[in-house]
This record gives sequence, C-alpha cells and structure tokens, in this order.
Amino acid sequence: MENKQTPLGYISFSVFAWIVGLLIFFPIFWMVLTSFKTELEAVSIPPSFISFDWTLENYAEVQERSNYFKFAMNSVILAVGSTLVGLVFAVTCAWAMAFNPTKRTKDALLWMLSTKMMPPVGVLVPIYLVFRDWGLLDTRFGLIMVLFLMNLPIMVWMLYTYFKEIPTDILEAARMDGATLPKEIIFVLLPMAVPGIASTMLLNVILAWNEAFWTLNLTTSDAAPLTAFIASYSSPEGLFWAKLSAASTLAVAPILVIGWFSQKQLVRGLTFGAVK
Amino acid sequence: MGAIRLEKVKKSFGTLDVIPGVDLDINDGEFVVFVGPSGCGKSTLLRLIAGLEDVTDGKILIDGTDVANEAPAKRGLSMVFQSYALYPHMTVYNNIAFGLKMAGESKDVIDQKVQSAAKILNLTDYLDRRPGALSGGQRQRVAIGRAIVRNPAAFLFDEPLSNLDAALRVNMRLEITGLHQELKTTMIYVTHDQVEAMTMADKIVVLQAGRVEQVGKPMELYNSPANKFVAGFIGSPKMNFLGGELAAKHNCHEIGIRPEHLTVSTDRGDIAATVKIAEHLGAETYLHVEADGLGPMTVRATGEMPLGEHDKIFLTPEQDRIHRFDAHGLALGPS
Ligand SMILES: Nc1ncnc2c1ncn2[C@@H]1O[C@H](COP(=O)(O)OP(=O)(O)OP(=O)(O)O)[C@@H](O)[C@H]1O
Ligand SMILES: [Mg+2]
Repeated sequence: MENKQTPLGYISFSVFAWIVGLLIFFPIFWMVLTSFKTELEAVSIPPSFISFDWTLENYAEVQERSNYFKFAMNSVILAVGSTLVGLVFAVTCAWAMAFNPTKRTKDALLWMLSTKMMPPVGVLVPIYLVFRDWGLLDTRFGLIMVLFLMNLPIMVWMLYTYFKEIPTDILEAARMDGATLPKEIIFVLLPMAVPGIASTMLLNVILAWNEAFWTLNLTTSDAAPLTAFIASYSSPEGLFWAKLSAASTLAVAPILVIGWFSQKQLVRGLTFGAVK
Repeated sequence: MGAIRLEKVKKSFGTLDVIPGVDLDINDGEFVVFVGPSGCGKSTLLRLIAGLEDVTDGKILIDGTDVANEAPAKRGLSMVFQSYALYPHMTVYNNIAFGLKMAGESKDVIDQKVQSAAKILNLTDYLDRRPGALSGGQRQRVAIGRAIVRNPAAFLFDEPLSNLDAALRVNMRLEITGLHQELKTTMIYVTHDQVEAMTMADKIVVLQAGRVEQVGKPMELYNSPANKFVAGFIGSPKMNFLGGELAAKHNCHEIGIRPEHLTVSTDRGDIAATVKIAEHLGAETYLHVEADGLGPMTVRATGEMPLGEHDKIFLTPEQDRIHRFDAHGLALGPS
C-alpha cells in the first residue's frame, strides 16, 4: 500500500480542505454576523464586515414578537421523542437483522433505505389527510410519529452496522447463562453498543431538529418547532434580514453546540461503520 | 447428574445436511472429546447439545428428559467458547456472577460462589478488572469460572485452548483435567489437537462429515481403529497406507502401519527406501522416505539417527502392529 504523501501534496490537500470548510462555514458565519446588525446595515452595499454598530436589538425583538422558548421546547420534544421511540423499534429490528439474518435480510435493509429516496412531497397529501381525519394536525404526538418513521431506516442501518461488529458468541454466552431475550439485550447487547447507540441517537436528534418539510406542513402553532419559528420571519412582512438571521441563529445554536461537543461520535456515526 | 444421550440427532442448514443423524451415549461424569477434520460438524453438534442451534430432528436426552426443544438455559449446561466470549463491559466478578444473577440468587450466595470459584481458578486478585485487562490464560479461566459457578449438569468446551500459546495450553490442559477430577462433572470437549484428545478424554468421538466414525477410549482408537479414516486421523505423524503386493500378502486391500511401528536398518529389512527429508527433533527422528515401488512413507524413530537425504535404508514393520483394511476402508482385524 502506497500511503506516503509528498509535503507538497499534503499541503495542497490541506489548503483545499480548508477552502471547502470555509465555504461551508461562511453562510453560517455571515448569518451570525448579520444577526448583530441593524436592518439597514444588513442590506447595505458594500456589506460591512466587523466595523458596524453591534446590537442585540434583533434578539430582543425576536423574543418579544414570538415566544422563542415555546418553539425551542417543541423542537426538543420532537427531536428527543422521535429518537427515543425510534430507538425502541430500531434496536429490536437491528438485533433481529444482525444476529438472526436470513437470506433476505440484506434486501430488507436496502428496501428500508430505498424509502428514503422517495421525495416526501410524494406522500404529503395522503399523510395530510390521515392527520386531518385523525385529528393529528398540529399535535406533537403526530409529528413525533412522522419524524420517527422518517428516520427509522437510518436508525436501523446504523444500529445494524454497529451490532454486526459485536461477536454473537457473547450473546450466546448470555443465553447459556440464562438471560432471557430482553435481559440479553438490556444487560449485554446495549452496554456493549453504547458508542453506536450514542451516535445513532445524536444523528437522529439532529436530523429531526433540522427537519423542515413535515414540521412546516403539519403544524400551525401548538406543535410548531423552531423551523416554523424561522419561517415566520421570512416573507410575509417584507425582508427583515437581521431579524431573520437572529431567529435562525437562535434556532441552530442549540444543535450546533451539541454537535460541536460530540463531533467524534458523529463522525463515527456518519461513516455508518464502513471504516473500522 | 449429567448423562447425555443423542438419538438420531439431525441438523440441516437449508439444504445442507451438516449432521445427517447421530446417536451417542455420554455417561455421567465422563470426559468426552469430539475430534474430526475442520468443518465436520463438531461445533454444530456441541451447539445442538447446548441449545444454541435447534435440531432439525431427533432427541437430546439429559438424564432421561428430552430437552431438544428447551431453551439453552433450561438445559442446565455451561459452555466455554473458543473466543472466551466474556462480557467486555463487566468486571471479572460480574462476569462470573452474571449467570447467578439471572437465576435470581441472593447477593450472599452469589458472593460466596464467585469467591470460591475465583479461588479454585486463581482469579481472586483480578475480580475487579475488566476482561480487556487480562491475559489470554486469565480470560480463559474467567470463562471457566463463569461456567462452574452455575453448577451445571455438564460442561461444553469448544476448542477452548486454541487461542493460547503452546506453553499455556499445556498448563490449561492440566488445569481442566484437574478440574474434571475434582468436580467429576460430565465434560464434552471439542478440539483439533491430537494431544488434547488423547490425554484428556475418557472417550473420544471421531466425526467425519457429521457422522460418527468411531467411539472409544483413546488407546482403543489408537490400537484398533474401526476404519481407514480413524486410523489416519488418530496418531501423529499419520499412519502409512500401503496397497499392492504387500497388502495381498496380508490378504487384504490395504495395510496400515504407524510411523512408530517401523524399524529402521541400513543393511536389511522388508521394504527398501530412500530418505528424502530427515527431521531431527532430538528425542526422535522423523524420516520422510520414498519406498521402492510403494511411494512416500513416514518413519518415526526414537533417538538420533545419523541419516540424511539420499541415504538408502530398509524398513521392517512390527508384524503384530499391522492394520488391515478392505476395499471400503473398513478394518479387518488381525490376520
Ligand atoms: N449457520 C450456518 N449456516 C450454514 N452452514 C453452517 C452454519 N454453521 C455451520 N455451517 C456448516 O456446517 C458445517 C460444520 O460446521 P462446524 O462449525 O460444526 O464445523 P467444525 O467441525 O466445528 O469445524 P472447525 O473444526 O473448523 O471448527 C460446515 O460445513 C459449516 O460451513
Ligand atoms: Mg468448530
């Protein structure tokens, strides 16, 4: 295996990586910056970079006009709720697939993943009608169900790849030791899979937190999370870039902080166990 | 008590008949070793007894009760895995205690049993460690500790020593034999290793392609193998098989003669041969020779032999040690 890098190659790769990183980061940086500007400065051309009158006005006004904490609370409930419900189903499903595979297990996994390739808007009408008829519109329960089902394939996949790495012998040893199936899963499998479960949960919290299509379409106020909070600042009242930026910053801040502190688990999770 | 009886036990994976039908009797307190070539179904048979695989057909009787459809835990057996299969997130203490906890034993009982097992296995100083911080031999002892605290009707071992280095293997072999003498519990032991099989077993079961070829005491298998397969499998180096005129002289299709039952001489003997390779081990010498008109043979001579490549020698089989086989490979008994 040739794995040596010339210094020049190494440097150019680093520079390239940094450029890509900065490109991705720039909009977020600009959003945060804009949230501290006045509306006037926010749209001034040429844009001012650091030398403007820093103000917290936007944040005050955003909180005053719409209750940030109510939206944030909904976001937390939806993200955590859908992840916990998903975990119960995904753990049992992944256990079956990883430790009792059949000829069709791989097909089933692929089929599950393929559902993620369908554009959500394709099922908007039926789901909307079901929600309307069952009185689930604008309820947290309804949204938790949708978000959980939406992310279930990914949770199963991730847990499956983690479980695959656990030697079956150990579970069999537990069986010989007299553990019933629930005990085998709770006392033996789950503790060994903690890193995998942590990254699975984390990724799903983030996916559910960022989910905008269903949360915007199926809620109005009671169950509306931060995505709706941001959306409410976009068009109808003219363009308020600074306030929109402040709202967005508030919406992404919590998840950004969580993401920052759990980078390692996230990276492991996102590689889907592809690299050992 | 731990008498185990298999009646027409069958196992198929899909269309693959791994165990076409095995009958076997294991007496209480016996040390039984399963040997056979790789892939012959030793592990599968053990796992069927353990209950980790479901039988396709047949009965597994433990002390007279058919347990073929019982869960593993209900059978009262303990298993020691080749990979040790310790719970990596638990301390040694909790590893050993796990089965007792699952059985709902009280804290005091658990503690007393774990401590006494740890004492037998020299693990007292390691009870607070995780398996990751133990050597291979210590891990193996924890696995055995986990098996003995449950006071099983029988122990099942699947190649428990194959991950250990040679010196440790000898030690653990003696320890397991010692344990068997002390506990007098039935043990079923799967191995590849001739020496383990010969030294540990009360009874050896030789398997091939899921079939029992022969069951018997180690020396019975060595002295009177029932067929060519067992003859070739038991004993190392392998038995020499010779056909042709020599076999005809003994009224059979083929004769078998073990490398240690050939006397070597430089001037006269029954079979003329040329040395190809001589392996000098000190206490003995293995000669790989080309016998005139008979093909390659192996000779095991005691002591040092000043022989090397191209040397001409003569071999004489010990007459009462010749095994005779018919065209189907079945042993014919002495001529
Ligand atoms: N779950 C399974 N599905 C399909 N075939 C299997 C399964 N388990 C074992 N086999 C097959 O059954 C046969 C016997 O396997 P087994 O593991 O019992 O052999 P073994 O005698 O223990 O071999 P080794 O000495 O290499 O451990 C093999 O051909 C194996 O491929
Ligand atoms: Mg095996």
